[in-house]
This record gives sequence, structure tokens and C-alpha cells, in this order.
Amino acid sequence: MTEDNKSTPGKPSEAKPAATGASATAPPKSSLGRAMLDAIITGNSAVVTFLAILLALVVGGVLMILADQDVLDQYKYFTAAPGDALSASWSLVSDAYSAMFKGSIMNPDLFADGSIEDNFRPISETITQATPLIFGGLAVSIAFRTGLFNIGAQGQIIAGAVFASWIGFVVDLPPVIHLVFVILAGVIGGGLYAGIAGFLKARFGAHEVIVTIMLNHVAVLLLGWLLTTDTFRRGGQSQPIGKDAHDNAVLPNLFGDNLRIHFGIILALLAAGIYWWLLNRSTLGFELRAVGSNPDAARTAGMSVARAQILAMVIAGAMAGLAGVSQVMSSTNPAHTLTPAIDAGIGFDAITVALLGRTKPLGTVLAALLFGALRAGGSVMQASANVSVDIVIVIQAVIVLFVAAPPLVRSIFRLRGARKGAEGGPLAAKETVGVQA
Amino acid sequence: MADTVIAPDVEAPVNPTGEAADVVRAAARKKALITGIGFVLVGLYALWAFGFGTSGGEDAVFGMTVPNRDTTHVGDLSLPARGVAIAMSVVCMVAGGLRIAFDRSRLAVRLSIALFLIAFVIAFLVWAVAGKQMSFAGALQNTLLAAVPLVLGALAGVIGERSGVVNIAIDGQFLFGAFAAALTGSVTGSLWAGLAAGAVAGALIGGLLAVFAVRYLVEQVVLGVVINLLVTGITGFLYTQLLQKDPEQYNDPGVFDNIRIPGFADIPVIGPVLFDVNVIVYLMYALIVIVHLGLFHTRWGLRARAVGEHPTAADTVGIKVNATRYRNVMMAGAIAGVGGAFLTIGTVGTFSKDMTSGAGYIALAAVIFGRWRPLGAVAAALLFGFTSALATSLQPLNTSIPSQFLQMMPYVVTIFAVAGLVGKVRAPAAANKPYTKG
Repeated sequence: MTEDNKSTPGKPSEAKPAATGASATAPPKSSLGRAMLDAIITGNSAVVTFLAILLALVVGGVLMILADQDVLDQYKYFTAAPGDALSASWSLVSDAYSAMFKGSIMNPDLFADGSIEDNFRPISETITQATPLIFGGLAVSIAFRTGLFNIGAQGQIIAGAVFASWIGFVVDLPPVIHLVFVILAGVIGGGLYAGIAGFLKARFGAHEVIVTIMLNHVAVLLLGWLLTTDTFRRGGQSQPIGKDAHDNAVLPNLFGDNLRIHFGIILALLAAGIYWWLLNRSTLGFELRAVGSNPDAARTAGMSVARAQILAMVIAGAMAGLAGVSQVMSSTNPAHTLTPAIDAGIGFDAITVALLGRTKPLGTVLAALLFGALRAGGSVMQASANVSVDIVIVIQAVIVLFVAAPPLVRSIFRLRGARKGAEGGPLAAKETVGVQA
Repeated sequence: MADTVIAPDVEAPVNPTGEAADVVRAAARKKALITGIGFVLVGLYALWAFGFGTSGGEDAVFGMTVPNRDTTHVGDLSLPARGVAIAMSVVCMVAGGLRIAFDRSRLAVRLSIALFLIAFVIAFLVWAVAGKQMSFAGALQNTLLAAVPLVLGALAGVIGERSGVVNIAIDGQFLFGAFAAALTGSVTGSLWAGLAAGAVAGALIGGLLAVFAVRYLVEQVVLGVVINLLVTGITGFLYTQLLQKDPEQYNDPGVFDNIRIPGFADIPVIGPVLFDVNVIVYLMYALIVIVHLGLFHTRWGLRARAVGEHPTAADTVGIKVNATRYRNVMMAGAIAGVGGAFLTIGTVGTFSKDMTSGAGYIALAAVIFGRWRPLGAVAAALLFGFTSALATSLQPLNTSIPSQFLQMMPYVVTIFAVAGLVGKVRAPAAANKPYTKG
């Protein structure tokens, strides 16, 4: 609103209060700088998220030091030469994080004489890694909004990948049409697999967390078995590797062979858009949210809770299935074949993506980009700084933990608390028991 | 009615009358009919697949002695495969008939289900083993080994949920306990230190869960999953950076020796399985008794259950709700941590990445399957242990079932358990609901 005011200086100032609404109590002369300062002092959600990321990087750094034998040895002589230990720690952690930055955002060393492609490669890698995370994050988010915690993205990704891969090699169709069929197959595979959990929840009340976790294990084992069958296993191979897909079945690269960024990101943004529309503009989305926030009220209002739960899981599975398509049929998998580890841990990263993104479409995309950057940078860090990429999982989980508890972050940074109502954060417990004074 | 205070765990027996009773009766009859017909159909399938799928004249041989540990010298049990499989398939169908005929008595319902399951498993086993040999005592031993962490995790889950905190982080407590036990055991050279470290590690994760659940009111199911991811990350990272690089120093703790209890260990078949085991298993026996008695027969247990059922009432009579929850969740975490320690210093002797493979979630299913009672949860954990032991025992027999399907059994059984076999269950009323004093 402040920018509004600046850009139209001629406008009478009476028009302003109508646009402010929420900040009725704010001082009338609030400038942009003042608003930012307020946000930092009281710690609104964006600031808390930023601080949570900062804290997680600190935790990651501490863990790196604890796990490095050479640096730890320096600490044995800490009292004699504290500088050595501290500088060794600093160089370890800063090397790791700068390698991460170079691998995910930009490499300053290449800035002057690298080609355009070299300069854009880190960003391209980040987006490539983020693509399946967006699908996965949406899969967790949509179920979450319906009150279901979908931990089964791993299994759904595998199901989608299996279906997509099968259509990819079993038929040979013209360009575009083949890809459309592959995508549909992925959607159907993931949707059906997630539908099992939705059905069991709706019909028998089976807890979806346990069911989806068990279905993940079942999917991994089924995939392992399929890769031993003649239908899926590539001939003349003793290793469990699937058959190659036809060229027409593959998601094309967006900027040629040298950058891995592929058509999947367009699909992912489209999926996020569909999710936004579904949730905010459609009757079905309203039903899903109603069931998610209060199933009893939704039932009283004449909605079918069972239908909403099954549909939410099917849609979630369809989204996860798209992640499976992207895993098999994109540049991240040059041979476009099924492998035992086709899900690449995306199913679990998807949970943190959804939670960090507060299960909102834009939030999920941004969180996926952040975690995509961590993944892209992490593999560069592992190669050049010799720090295992597993640290990325720790950083992600710590970010989500801190984001879940805004009061904790605020107390660490001595920020003033926000409004009482906003204390809970995105993962606050729905119901509490207690005495109201 | 409105001013009746409902005491935890003392529900008045509900005797619906009139129309409501008819509806309840009709629903029960329908359920009995569907289950019964299901049993009969499965029995028919067993008759076709296992009974007539086995060629006549072949024997299924079940070894009844535990290798290297037995003093009882029980002979092997040899069964005519085809005859037994046919007989057991018929028993499956009879169980279905019983389920339909006696749907009023709870005992009859339970007996018919048990009869069906046992008969089906025997029919399957004789078919799979026909013409070969399988060590039955070995399978029992594997059952116990697989069940130990599940039992401990399930006890932890029961304590947590009875106190009003859902502990999805059991898997993380397992993993961190296993990791800490292996690392500490290797560095100090003492298995006892490793065991203690395992318990402390589990309690730490329990503490983390409690802080975020009780102090910061975070949704407990989500929280548990995130904590599990955190532990996966931390242990995975330290494993690659430390344990894998220098396994002799960091990942070679060794394994507890078995302690043989004379007398008990001489009981045929089950003696050597149950009473020639290591200290963690004996600790588990003790904990089963302690948790069961503690929860239902001590002041601690009454308070824990009060806090889990009706925290407001508990607070009114002076029980510190949140302090009780902190204490119990951490204690439960320590128990789960011991379960994790069993995975490393109790059996295989080394830590490996993600070695729990979802055992914590199976333990959680055992809590639900066992209806939030310690002994029920133990029975459920034993059932899950048995299915995974069967997978291990049948794998070398080269049955026509692919090994992946055998490995799937515990997971599929878990799905069935939470989906249908338990029937209607009621969790502690305040589980997953933080308590705030206004």
C-alpha cells in the first residue's frame, strides 16, 4: 500500500484506508522500511522462515564439525591454540556451504570466462532437482488440506514411474501423443496406488500414516520383483534395470542437451496452478478443505467425508505419479529406464517441502526450489568439499522443526512475540484440551 | 447424565435397547456374515492352492531343535503335506461357519478368528515345505529376534499415547538408539555403555518430541514424521562421515552374549528359544511385566492414564499434566532406544544406514492392533515378528512365491491389522491433543 501511495502522489489520501484493512491499528505514517522493521522485530512468518533456514544451516555446520576427524583433533589442543581449531572449523563449514552455493545458484569462478550455459548450469540443476519435489510437495499438501497426512509419496512415485515406464517401452506412438499417454499413465498409476490408502481410511478408518508407510515398503518390493520379470527387465542384463523408453515418450529438455532443465518444470508449475484453482475456486476444493478442517461439521453439512478422503488421496497420488514420470522420463535419468531406487528419496523430501510451504501452492513451489537448491548444491558439495550429501536431509528437517515452532525461533533471536492468535505456526495441533481462564 | 464424571477406563457397559439394539444387532450379523463368507472363500482357495496344489506322498519336515543351543533333542516333525493341507483348509471353512453361527459371544468370535488364522498358516506352511525341510524352532527364534524391538517400541508407544502424546517418532528412537549403541559400544569397548547410550539416545528423541508437542503445541503426527526424517539425516550423515570411514574404531561394538537359564532352557522347543537369549531380551521380559503392572496397578499408571484421557480433570485434582507427559514420553523414548540398541548390539553387531526399515511404524501399528494395552501390543508385535520370521525361513526353500512377496508379508499384515482385523478401536481420548492452561 505504501508503494501505491508513492506511485500516485496526486490521489487524495482518503482513498488509502480502504486498501489497508488489516493494519487498522498500524501507525498511519508507516513507510516500507518501518513495516520491514516491524516484521523483523515481531517476527512474522516470512522472517521466521528465513531465521529457521539460518538456524538450520548453523546446525548443519555444527554437525559437519562433529563428524570431521581432522577438525576434532584440532579441538584436543583447543586451550593451547584455540585459533587453529576455530579456523579449521570455519574453513570446513565455509568450504562446504560455498560449494553448495556454487552448485545451486551461481559459480563466481566461471562468471567472467564461462559460457552462458556454464553460468546458468547451477540454476538449471536447482530447477531440475526441484521439479519432482514440486509434484511430491503438492501430493502431500493436497492430502494435508483434507486432513490426511500422506507419507506415501514414495510408493505413489514408484507406482507412477512403473506405469509411465511401461507405456514408454511397450508401445511406439507418434511424438507428443506418446508423451501424453506416458503422463496419463503416471497419473493413473500414482492415483490408483494412493487410492488404496484413501479407500482403507474412508471405509475402515485405517490410519493413513501407517497404511501409506507400509504401502511404501510394498511398492519398493513390488518394484524389485517387477525388475526380475521378463516384462520389465532389460534383456541380456543380470542387473535389475528396466527397458529403455522410446524417444517420443521422453520429457524434452527446454534449452538443449547441455542444460538438464526439462519440460517437467512447466508441468509442475501447471500442477501448482491446478492445485491453487482446485483449492480456492472449485466446489470440490471447498469440500476437501471443509473435511480437512472439521469432518463432523462437513458431514452435518451433507458432504461425504469418505468421498472427499478417497478423492483427495487419488488426486495426491496423481501428483506424486507425475513426480514418477519426471524421474523416469527426464534428463535426470539419461537412459529413461526403471531402476530399484527410482524414487531417489523424493517421497520423504516431499513431506518437508509441503510443510515448509505451509501446504499452499506458491509456498510449495518456493520450498521445492529451496530444497532443490540444497539437493543440487549438496551433490557438488559432496564431490568437492567431501561432506556427505546426507547433511541436506538434516538441514531440511531442522528448518521444518523451527518453522513449526515460531515461539522458539523468536526466543532464540529475542524477538517480540506476534499476535497471540498467530503463535501456533503452520503445524499447530488442531485441537487442544485445557482450561480457559 | 450430564453431570456424570466419566472416569478413565471405567466405561459403563453399554446395553442399547429397543430400536438402537436392533440396528446394532443387524450390523453385527452383517459383519459376521461377510467375515464368515470371507473365511470360507479363503478356505476354498487354500483347498485348491495348498491342498490339491501339493502332490500326494510328500512330507513336510519341520525341525524342532534350535541349532547349537539345544539339549532337549526333540525329533523332527514330519507331516504328510497333502493330507494336512486339505484338513487345515477344511478347518478354515469351519471357522467361517463358526463365525457366522456364533456372532454374539465375543469369545467365540475371537476363537474363530484365531482358528482361521492358525489353520491357514499351517496349510500354507505344509504346502511351502512339502518335500523339503524347514526349521520350525529356528522360525520361532527368528520371531523372537524380530519381535524384540517391536515389543519395546510398542510398549513405548502405549506409554506415550496413554499419557496423551502420539509417538510417531518410535522409528527415530529406534534408529538413534541403534546408532548411539553401536558408536558408544565401539568407542568405549563396553556393551553396557552402548546399551545405556541407546536408552539415553531414545530418551533424547522422546524429549525433543515432548518439547515440541507439549511446549510448542505442534501437531504430533506431523512432528513425529519430521523427527524421524531428522534422525535419518543425522545418523545417515554421521554414518557416511565417520562410521563407514573407520568401522573398526566406530562401528564394531560386538554383540551381547547369550545367558542360558538352566531348567527353563531345557523345556522342549520353546525353552532354548526363550531362555537362552541375551540380556536385552530378558530386559524386555521385565519391561513387559513392569509396564503392564505399572500402567494398571500403580499410582503412576493411574496418573498417566488420567492425563491421557481427561487432562482437565487430572489437573483439577493436582496432577501436573505437562510434567507428567514430559516424563512419560522421555521414559518411553528410553524403552524404544533400548529396542534400537537391540538392532545393533543385540543382534547384527554393526550399524547400517536406515537399518530400522520402518520397524517403528510397525510397532505403532502394534499399539493400535493391541488396543493401547501393553499385553495386546506385545501379542501384536509377536504376530508381526512371526510373519517376518516366516519370510526369512521360507526364502531358502525356493518356493514358487518370489522372495519379494515373502518380505512383503509383515507390511501387508500390518495394513490388514490396522484396516480390518481390529474392529472398532478407541484411542485414549486426549492423545494428540496438547493441554493448555489458560
